Amino acid sequence: MKRFLIPATVLALSASAAHADKSEDVLNVAFTKELENVDSYFNSSREGVVLQRAVWDGLIYRDPITNEYKGNLATSWEWIDDLTLELKLREGVTFHNGEPFDADDVVYTVNFVAEEQNGVKTQRNVNWMKSAEKVDQYTVRINLKAPFPAAIEFLSGPVSMYPNEYYAEAGPSGMGLEPVGTGPYKVVSVDPGKHFVLEKYEGYHDSPKGQPEVGTVDIRTIPDVNTQMAELFNGSLDLIWQVPSDLAEKLEQMGKFTVANESTMRIGYLTLDAAGRTGEDNPFTDVRVRRAVAHAIDREALVSALLKGKSQVISTACFPSQFGCDQDVVSYEYDVEKAKALLAEAGYPDGFKTEFYAYRNRDYAEAISSFLNAVGIDTDFKMLQYSALRELRMKSGTPVSFQTWGSYSINDTSAITSQFFKLGSLDDARDEEVAGWLDTADSATDPEVRKENYSKALKKIADQAYWVPMFSYNTNYVFSQDVAYTPTADEVLRFTDMEWK
Amino acid sequence: MLRFILKRAGLAILVALTVSLISFSLLFLSGDPATAIAGEHASDQDVEAIRRIYGFDRPMLVQYWDWLVSALRGDFGESYYFKLPVASLIMDRLSITMTLGVCGISFALLTAVPLGVAAAIKPNSLIDRLALFLSVAGQAMPSFWFGLILIVVFSIQLGWLPPSGTATPLHFVMPTIVLGYYAMPAIMRLTRAGMLEVLSSDYIRTARAKGAPEGLVMFKHALRNAIIPVVSLAAVQMGFMLGGSIVVESIFALHGAGYLAWESISRNDLPTVQALILVFSMFYIVFTFLADVLNAWLDPRMRAG
Repeated sequence: MKRFLIPATVLALSASAAHADKSEDVLNVAFTKELENVDSYFNSSREGVVLQRAVWDGLIYRDPITNEYKGNLATSWEWIDDLTLELKLREGVTFHNGEPFDADDVVYTVNFVAEEQNGVKTQRNVNWMKSAEKVDQYTVRINLKAPFPAAIEFLSGPVSMYPNEYYAEAGPSGMGLEPVGTGPYKVVSVDPGKHFVLEKYEGYHDSPKGQPEVGTVDIRTIPDVNTQMAELFNGSLDLIWQVPSDLAEKLEQMGKFTVANESTMRIGYLTLDAAGRTGEDNPFTDVRVRRAVAHAIDREALVSALLKGKSQVISTACFPSQFGCDQDVVSYEYDVEKAKALLAEAGYPDGFKTEFYAYRNRDYAEAISSFLNAVGIDTDFKMLQYSALRELRMKSGTPVSFQTWGSYSINDTSAITSQFFKLGSLDDARDEEVAGWLDTADSATDPEVRKENYSKALKKIADQAYWVPMFSYNTNYVFSQDVAYTPTADEVLRFTDMEWK
Repeated sequence: MLRFILKRAGLAILVALTVSLISFSLLFLSGDPATAIAGEHASDQDVEAIRRIYGFDRPMLVQYWDWLVSALRGDFGESYYFKLPVASLIMDRLSITMTLGVCGISFALLTAVPLGVAAAIKPNSLIDRLALFLSVAGQAMPSFWFGLILIVVFSIQLGWLPPSGTATPLHFVMPTIVLGYYAMPAIMRLTRAGMLEVLSSDYIRTARAKGAPEGLVMFKHALRNAIIPVVSLAAVQMGFMLGGSIVVESIFALHGAGYLAWESISRNDLPTVQALILVFSMFYIVFTFLADVLNAWLDPRMRAG
């Protein structure tokens, strides 16, 4: 008995330190992935977006439920012309370090991130901006390189405002270790990649994000989901997310936790080598073969058996909530006979053999592969690392590969369709007509013109079956019954929306 | 002896260089570093910009040379992923892995050697069978499974030990057991086999015949000779534990060097991987060297050879 006395005593002491919870106003959260840098311009992960929304503010805010744009650090904005956006800034806002927020901060931040040499990780988030200039202390103009209608969406998403004096001194690595923003939570400590502690910012301005309720958010990186569950059972974690559906189901059955499922913007699709990049005689250059592939896959079954939750069958090359994502396109129903007939018509009565690539969700890819086998398309299934597959696709293309795209939570079709159908190195269709429509839609400032051109492009993509869009993804959030939270469809954990029951 | 050490050191540097060159080229083969660093949501322009910024458009050998020159000056560069100096990143992670490795190998030796000796003294007895059972189970049970079982029992059911993290010494108890248990069977079997062989040799009979106490025979005459291959094995196991405790570090969220290496490979974080490989290969070299010295001390015949 004596042997256990020591550990038991030490544990009792350490337990009270580690097990802070509702009574101590500490929310314990787990990340799965090691976040590279808290500076939101120098990471590209979901965890980074979560911290970005807590620590910093954008000029504009998009309500995640109504999708309505509201002023945040800016109170109003107007287009002077296609290339100039003028914003009136909110007065009386201070950064966590006491630095007051004004036009100088906006000018510094925009000019810093827009400069390619400064190496912002996701260039697409910032490279549409040319520069910013100060009009007066609370008025700024952002100058664009080219007309960019999605500017407001980007300003309400990945573009956050940094304190000019502090950032000039600390730089991205200093900001990563001791982040300073205007957001609802200030960062108390950062142990890079491992542990982040946030505290409610008492001086938070009257933002559309709402005021934070929970006092302290303690985030630890725990790579193994089983360990996360153990901590949840143990009471040392209050919230985990991105929980695989089979585990989430079991946790829900236990009845001790709240399991919430929400859709994400990520969609899964097959991209087919319509342009013949892997060879002129490639079967996928024939539209009948591509349509046969679309008919061969039981997307309903994939959603109901594998993805579950709020996943839905997708027929467009974009996520339905995105601006311009017209849902009125050809949809291919599951029909094995039709698929076989189309293959025979195309000159492949006995099917053919092809390489099939994937980089994530091996189980989904294997299911898709077996649907293809069932109509006579004999797949040589190859699972690669993401970077290796992308390199292969950029250099020589793949006959057919299972891809996914999350649009970086940008609620605009330009964040997905335009990324892949504008004759870039990942464009397997290389359709100039589609690229032309997308160009028009991406740069037009009239929303109706944009909608019309996206619609044309999406209809042709579906009709030609360049892609076989299949399903949207979902994510499971599991939290203790002390926590009240309603997740949103953009896969961003919002600590300001969490409270104790 | 000085010449011996110098020769070993020269060899060690050659081995480290070869390993680092091979690993450098393997990383380039495993995928485009610019694509990996840019991340999944990057556009073509992002990837190209990163390729320019990091200089991946230069020939691989030039890039290796640049790395090598800086490394020789003690500058391991900045992690592409964390944007922090590699040296401080590795020091931070390595302290955890070292603690775990030392605890793990101590646990393995302290349990495996006595069990092995006991099994050899009474072959085919209950204790021998028990030792056999433990070693078979240890080799058959994957460490992620064993780790989870421990978590379920000691963290969830009994609530004695914290499931993950490194905040207190208690956090290291379960990882030590899992890591040590994995190394135990080989050490135990080797101790048992060595002891059995030595115990049947002539000089043990002589020692017993001249009336030496049994304890002295066992520990001074028998174990000292039987332990020699165990020392070599333990050195290799120790090297393995420092570089290969990925699974254990991942389950118990320890964020050590093994897990860092594993993750850095998939992130194509070249400076971190290169520095870690250098450190890991140095560990193997140093431990093998120390094992040789220790063996030479245990067995005077080796000093001559």
